[in-house]
Amino acid sequence: MSNYSYIVWIPLLPLITFLVLGIFGRKHFKTVAGFIGTASLLASTILSFIAAKQYFFVDGKVNGIFQKIIAFKYTWLQFSPNVSIDMGIIVDPISVMMLVVVTFVSLMVHVFSLGYMKGEERFATYYAFLSLFTFSMLGLVLSSNLFQVYMFWELVGVSSFLLIGYYFDKPSAVAASKKAFIVTRFADLGFLIGILILAFYSGTLDIGTLIERLTSAQSTQFTGIATASFLGASMLTWGLTLVFIGGAGKSAMFPLHIWLPDAMEGPTPVSALIHAATMVVAGVYLVARLFPVFSMDVTALQIVTYVGAFSALLAAVIACTQTDIKRVLAYSTMSQIGYMMFALGVSKQTGEEGLGYMASMFHLFTHAFFKSLLFLGAGAVIHMVHSNEMKDMGGLRKLMPITHIAFLIACLAIAGIPPFAGFFSKEEILLAAFHSNKLIYGVALFTAALTAFYMFRLYFSIFWSKEATHHHDSHGEGTLSMKLPLIILAICAVGVGFVPFSNFITADGAALETHTDLLFSAAPVGLTIIAILIAMSFYKTENEKPAKFAAAMGGLYKAASRKFYMDELYLFITKKIIFPLIGQPIAWIDKNIVDGLMNGLASVTAKISSLIKGLQSGKVQNYALFFFGGVAALAVLFIYLWK
Amino acid sequence: MSASAIIFYLIAAFILGAGILAVTTRKIFRSAIWLLFSLVGIAALYFWMQVEFIAAVQIIVYVGGIVILIIFSIFLTQQSGKEMAKPALQKNIFSALAALFGVAFIGKLISEYGFTEDQSKPFNVGVGDIGTQMLSTTEHGYILPFEVVSMLLLAAMIGCIVIAMKSKDNIISKS
Amino acid sequence: MSGVPLTHILYLSTALFFIGMYGLFTRRNMITMLMSIELMLNSVNINFVAFNKYLYPEKLDGIFFTLFIITIAAAEAAVAIAIIINLYRSHNSIDVEDAAEMKF
Repeated sequence: MSNYSYIVWIPLLPLITFLVLGIFGRKHFKTVAGFIGTASLLASTILSFIAAKQYFFVDGKVNGIFQKIIAFKYTWLQFSPNVSIDMGIIVDPISVMMLVVVTFVSLMVHVFSLGYMKGEERFATYYAFLSLFTFSMLGLVLSSNLFQVYMFWELVGVSSFLLIGYYFDKPSAVAASKKAFIVTRFADLGFLIGILILAFYSGTLDIGTLIERLTSAQSTQFTGIATASFLGASMLTWGLTLVFIGGAGKSAMFPLHIWLPDAMEGPTPVSALIHAATMVVAGVYLVARLFPVFSMDVTALQIVTYVGAFSALLAAVIACTQTDIKRVLAYSTMSQIGYMMFALGVSKQTGEEGLGYMASMFHLFTHAFFKSLLFLGAGAVIHMVHSNEMKDMGGLRKLMPITHIAFLIACLAIAGIPPFAGFFSKEEILLAAFHSNKLIYGVALFTAALTAFYMFRLYFSIFWSKEATHHHDSHGEGTLSMKLPLIILAICAVGVGFVPFSNFITADGAALETHTDLLFSAAPVGLTIIAILIAMSFYKTENEKPAKFAAAMGGLYKAASRKFYMDELYLFITKKIIFPLIGQPIAWIDKNIVDGLMNGLASVTAKISSLIKGLQSGKVQNYALFFFGGVAALAVLFIYLWK
Repeated sequence: MSASAIIFYLIAAFILGAGILAVTTRKIFRSAIWLLFSLVGIAALYFWMQVEFIAAVQIIVYVGGIVILIIFSIFLTQQSGKEMAKPALQKNIFSALAALFGVAFIGKLISEYGFTEDQSKPFNVGVGDIGTQMLSTTEHGYILPFEVVSMLLLAAMIGCIVIAMKSKDNIISKS
Repeated sequence: MSGVPLTHILYLSTALFFIGMYGLFTRRNMITMLMSIELMLNSVNINFVAFNKYLYPEKLDGIFFTLFIITIAAAEAAVAIAIIINLYRSHNSIDVEDAAEMKF
């Protein structure tokens, strides 16, 4: 086994940057903060590319199977001889893949932000937070211990909170950051309990050992967790479902998705990084990381499948009706993550049936590129027109040619038109769904068509539709630092689909043979093209068709544009049920019993002290008298009574 | 009873008598003078015990230093000759009883203890011996306490000056 | 030596100590209280010297303690008088009962 210890530096470099910029940034590096952050991340990116090359092409494979390598391990907290919390670094196909994705997308976002965030008052703080996020995310993907995963998971949540609330003078941003934090915290509670259940039954927190113990049907730990049952389900199902709830919270799966659209209050490059490419796929990554255990439990996998598929469909429907371009992208992200989730759900651990796992990871990989491209493109558009609303845009193709081309490529990629990246990964997902569950396949197909529709609705509304109004053409398309990431990501969005992904990342580590079936591809691609044509006829020029169509759909359109009243439902539950029925009694107990106890103690103390304060007469001679009396009493006590 | 013993009891009576007068007389200046006598009596007791050096120090420091200091402070703060108020009767009785109880209690302890006096060796206190041991750095030397006490004296001196110094605020509030 | 036992000297110092204590309790004038304290310190000194002389005649430690106590008593008296004078300045009195601000 060769030496991977240099991988430690990949997350540490952003951490150092965070500390330096966070402590000294505002005073000393106000203008160069962006360059410091970008340079350190460039080093991280190069290191992770080296790691990927070494792992995938040089020595990761033993006997045709990619190995899990623990590159670094440090026992941090030892609870008992068997249970400890370690800080470790795991090197396996998905962690290396995520390393590349996170560092690369983060680098692009850093570069883009150089132009986008220029002149911000808290420029250095922004880069400090960005570095903190990158550090946490890298730590998360590299964690070798479930508890370490949890710690970085929370760190990711905190940095996301900080970045969403970056414009903290805007009340909506503050509300959005709190919403994101609270919703994900709520999910994290499930995650923590899930971790504890799994760790309790397997007797370890180390991921490798845990998988080893819980995947062999003969082991005592497995029989223990599979036979213990609670409310009609085995503890294995409970543990995995709770872990999945944690993942669903971060990955914005129904019904915990409500924070993601609001999170778009953050700066757009942040949305590209956190809410498109990296943090939101943490849930998918978590399920994939524990996939061998998930594959032992059919119920948990079915929950993953149906939640994923339903989220994909729901988000796609909502996305068709939104007018804020970032919200459209947010719902599209949710929809695509739903894809990844159900792809995992329909997968098996080994061989041909492990296609879903590979497809999910593949989609995660390609999605990161084209979705961050979409967000950065949207960022460039917003930078230009200073608005998020579609109605303020239109006809921008002439003003922003590079953004236009890049955005088009990204739309084609997400819609799944060959030969763009999204086609290959989505095709694998559909294939996996087709082989295991026809219902899911149908939903996926329909969602794919909807995806194409809403993406091209977005595209045409921004770049075609009405003619451009020229009043906002003040600073052109943006600086080179904004164009360059768009170009690079556009090239990636075209190119990454051709990566022979199944050779590298599969559920069991062995290469998987995939083949593109032209006949199978015909249906989704055909549907997609039809959807694009519909979108074109609706939105390429301004006309009455969308309004008529919306009117025809009636209630459905209205419900979808109000996001199916999910926010209202949550408000109802919290305001009408939780607050009066649970919150107020607890508040009463707190005010009257807990506080009452404390106040009672305090007043008793005060009364006693006012009773005996007369002893403090301020007369020195009295004090002396007491003193001598005490000494005499002690002398008598010790000499006569003590013997 | 030997002459030496008679001298001792005379000295003791002198010390106690002067001490009682020092704490009971109602004129403060007289009180200071009685204290002076009592301290001189103690010095005499030291002479009687053949520790001439201590007796000399007693006279120099107490009689020559502290009592003079006290008399100065009396002059600074009191009109001499003015009688002090009588202590409250209840307090007086109570204090007297406490003191008598203390004397009886400690006296009983002393009489019951049974000290084994060591008369075999002569008791010679030469000033040279004291000086040698005081400044000796060997095992039984007192150089460290000596240094510490000199620091203490310095600190006390500075402290006195600081405490007794007239601060600006005081002057302003007076005027 | 001359027939006076150690206990008699100790009686003397005990009596002197409680005379000082009586003064400390009954006097209200701070200077006289200080004098009472001096009496008490002296009774302790007598004890040290007597113990040294009667019990450990070959040693000098009692002498040293006496010397140090005298030194410290001198310092203490100086500080106390400084405090008294300061108090006199602020209260125009050196009666302890007039300086009773430190009560509840």
